[in-house]
Amino acid sequence: MRRRSFLLSLAASLVSTTSLSRAALIHDRVPWAPHPNSAPEMERLGPWQFFTADEARAMEAIVDRIIPPDPETPGGKEAGCAVFIDRQLKGGYGANEGLYTLGPYIKGAKEQGPQSQLSHAELYRKGLAGLDTFCRSSHGGKPFAELSTDEQDAALKKVEAGEAKFDGVDGQGFFSALLKDVPEGFFSDPIHGGNRDMVGWKMIGFPGIRYDYRDWVKRHNERYPYPPVSIAGRADWTPKNRER
Amino acid sequence: MARKLPRKDVVIVGLGWTGSIMAYEIAGAGLDVVAIERGPWRNTATDFPPGYAADELRYRIRHELFLRPDQTTFTFRNKMSQTALPIRSWGAFMPPNGVGGGGVHWNAETWRFLPSDFVLRKHLTERYGANFLPEDMTIQDWGITYDELEPHYDRFEYLCGTSGQAGNVKGKIIEGGNPFEGPRSRPYPNPPQDQPFSPTLFAKAAHDLGYKPFPQPSGNMSRAYQNPLGVRLGPCTYCGFCEWFGCGNYSKASPQTTILPALIRKPNFSARDNSEVVRIDLDGTGKRATGVTFVDTDGNEWEQPADLVVLSAYTIFNVQLLLLSGIGKPYDAQANTGVIGRNFTHQTTSDVVSFFDPAKFVFNPFIASGAIGTCIDEFNGDNFDHGPHGFVGGGYMGQVQTNGRPIETTPVPPGTPLWGAQWKKAVKENYQSALKPGTGVHGSMYSYRDVYVDLDPTYKDRFGRPLARITMDFHDNEIKQNKFLTDKFAEIFQAMGARQVHKEYRKGPYDITKYQTTHLCGGAIMGTDPATSALNRYLQSWDVPNLFVLGASAFPQNAGYNPTGTVAALAYWAADAIHGKYLKNPGQLING
Ligand SMILES: Cc1cc2nc3c(=O)[nH]c(=O)nc-3n(C[C@H](O)[C@H](O)[C@H](O)COP(=O)(O)OP(=O)(O)OC[C@H]3O[C@@H](n4cnc5c(N)ncnc54)[C@H](O)[C@@H]3O)c2cc1C
Ligand code: SF4
Repeated sequence: MRRRSFLLSLAASLVSTTSLSRAALIHDRVPWAPHPNSAPEMERLGPWQFFTADEARAMEAIVDRIIPPDPETPGGKEAGCAVFIDRQLKGGYGANEGLYTLGPYIKGAKEQGPQSQLSHAELYRKGLAGLDTFCRSSHGGKPFAELSTDEQDAALKKVEAGEAKFDGVDGQGFFSALLKDVPEGFFSDPIHGGNRDMVGWKMIGFPGIRYDYRDWVKRHNERYPYPPVSIAGRADWTPKNRER
Repeated sequence: MARKLPRKDVVIVGLGWTGSIMAYEIAGAGLDVVAIERGPWRNTATDFPPGYAADELRYRIRHELFLRPDQTTFTFRNKMSQTALPIRSWGAFMPPNGVGGGGVHWNAETWRFLPSDFVLRKHLTERYGANFLPEDMTIQDWGITYDELEPHYDRFEYLCGTSGQAGNVKGKIIEGGNPFEGPRSRPYPNPPQDQPFSPTLFAKAAHDLGYKPFPQPSGNMSRAYQNPLGVRLGPCTYCGFCEWFGCGNYSKASPQTTILPALIRKPNFSARDNSEVVRIDLDGTGKRATGVTFVDTDGNEWEQPADLVVLSAYTIFNVQLLLLSGIGKPYDAQANTGVIGRNFTHQTTSDVVSFFDPAKFVFNPFIASGAIGTCIDEFNGDNFDHGPHGFVGGGYMGQVQTNGRPIETTPVPPGTPLWGAQWKKAVKENYQSALKPGTGVHGSMYSYRDVYVDLDPTYKDRFGRPLARITMDFHDNEIKQNKFLTDKFAEIFQAMGARQVHKEYRKGPYDITKYQTTHLCGGAIMGTDPATSALNRYLQSWDVPNLFVLGASAFPQNAGYNPTGTVAALAYWAADAIHGKYLKNPGQLING
């Protein structure tokens, strides 16, 4: 548990009996506390929390191939997709928190859903190692991050097609995780560490969390004109001279 | 050892939609009622305020408001010959958790079933002959009629402030509404929501093709509303974070916004949250429930004695608790005996994704609500002649604009690479001009002998109890139905001027990884014969008369509509039976 939420829940259990995680008897009035029960945590820039320096280099290269930069919109790297995945893997998602993890583990039909014993964190750790090993053996010792972008695309296509065999991990499974996680980093709210400056939202014209479109619902076939807003607000709400 | 709590008149298991309705109704009769809920108490202002409710990653992708599979899950297989494996992360459906249940994060598409749906076997055999039905199809009549349920549908719609256009008031067909609906006693309490661009285009195209389009009945408020309990809802702002999310505006009908504020003030009601009922306790005869046993989040075990037990834990948890408590005879598919777990169904859904010219069409897909949109009902139930088609059942279909959230809803034309520059370009080009209905084809799933729930022989939950095992696959009848409906649906998008229309037919085998709906039905069905149903027509257990089981678990088969209108109407119907009949003379209400 992070320190802030620990303090919050400690405070809550001291002042009231309706902290979210403990059973309570509710009677006579709606449980109420004058603060949100589950306020979001904001991911900040800073050192890598899950990836090693080598892994991070590979991830930044990968996210820039999955979502390459173009003249109008930055690519996955500048948008913070690798930072997003780093923070996710450090947290509950990486640890498969909440998932059913009791055995026996048996491989079933694909309609029966994933039955892998690996956590998402382990999948990335092994997947990235496998990718570098594969690239080194086919490109004179060079890891993925040192290949040209064309070579990187070609390597990823081999992984996608199942033609690159990794040790101890299903390369195609790793690639499917990337195809899910990288766009999530590009399009989720910037508080999670990706979609920096809302570049993903600006690219498509998604206004974020504005929450109220009553004035626009009947304006048919007219482009919505206002810029996006995120849970953390918008950069231009913070005067430049007060930015640190 | 369980610690024993003071006796209550009534214990309610699960405080979601049906639990809240029942609690309010019987607390009104003066009985001492306690509701025990597995998940936490939830409230608009403290749990999903608009400042952060709209977090797609947190609520849609990581599904924070839902049950965690490590608390309990199910095993799944398509065929009886397979070994079922655990659902380790949710896919095909998403079980609710916490006060308000599915009501917190549903879309609020609020439908009634057709009159013929309740007498399905009788109706279809009379019209097409018994041989028209597949041999292993186990559909049954409900033991109740639409007319008996009508006043209860009406109560739910007025509780919720449902926004819609009536199509049939007391037999009079009304222009602009659904002409196929059963007669209603009065119009909806609120007018339909304002429609964004795409549903109006759909309406025009459908009309030109000879259909009778109408706005989907919606529990997202078209205007401020005060319900008969005195609880007020605010107007929906089309925020586009509705399904999967709690509403930050008090605009989506839920137990929180319609019942709980009034219920909690009743001195004879209390609720326990974060407490999971692990079994219904029986006396030595096995014919009488003595209360329930539950475990709280600190691991303490408690016994709550009560005279009447109401099981309202959502379809599959109802079935699981009945099986684990040894109530009713478990269904044995080989022998075709027993009832608990029998006639389990889901929904047969599919979609059509269409791409329009970006220079001419701007849909603003993010201006959306859970239930906003335009539908047609020509191909639902038995609204059309099935004779030439060789299948039964059907569904509504519609352009329901539920969201433009960019992780979920960035469709690209088929054939686009899954990543790289071309993918990025296609996402950008099509976001504003592609349509991917949040609800597309919403078809029935009828019941079959080899689709059911029982207890898994291998996998256990965190208490060491067997998981419930789902055996489910699509049958030819549903595959044919879906092909027919999806083709009809696609024609409408063609007529709207799409330059590319992509049909995503529902095909077998049933895939537990692909979200369809959370409309699980059956497994503890109502009926007229204890040999083929778990409950009588009042949702009272045939085996344990002081137990009532609410929820879609009572549906003998699923119709081509979302279930909750009918689920809630049945809860009111059961509450009336408890009030008017059971309390006067506690015992079996049928032949009692
Ligand atoms: C994403 C989503 C969208 C939906 N959209 C629609 C829609 O638009 N229209 C529609 O008609 N339906 C919709 N539904 C379905 C709708 O939510 C359900 O039909 C409805 O909530 C069922 O009511 P219920 O009382 O049977 O169950 P619920 O409302 O789910 O309540 C059951 C409660 O019991 C609790 N519980 C379970 N087991 C135990 C236990 N052992 N001990 C204690 N408590 C327990 C659960 O935590 C839950 O709170 C949707 C569902 C989902 C998930
Ligand atoms: S779309 Fe409307 S009803 Fe749904 S969550 Fe948003 S404001 Fe609430």
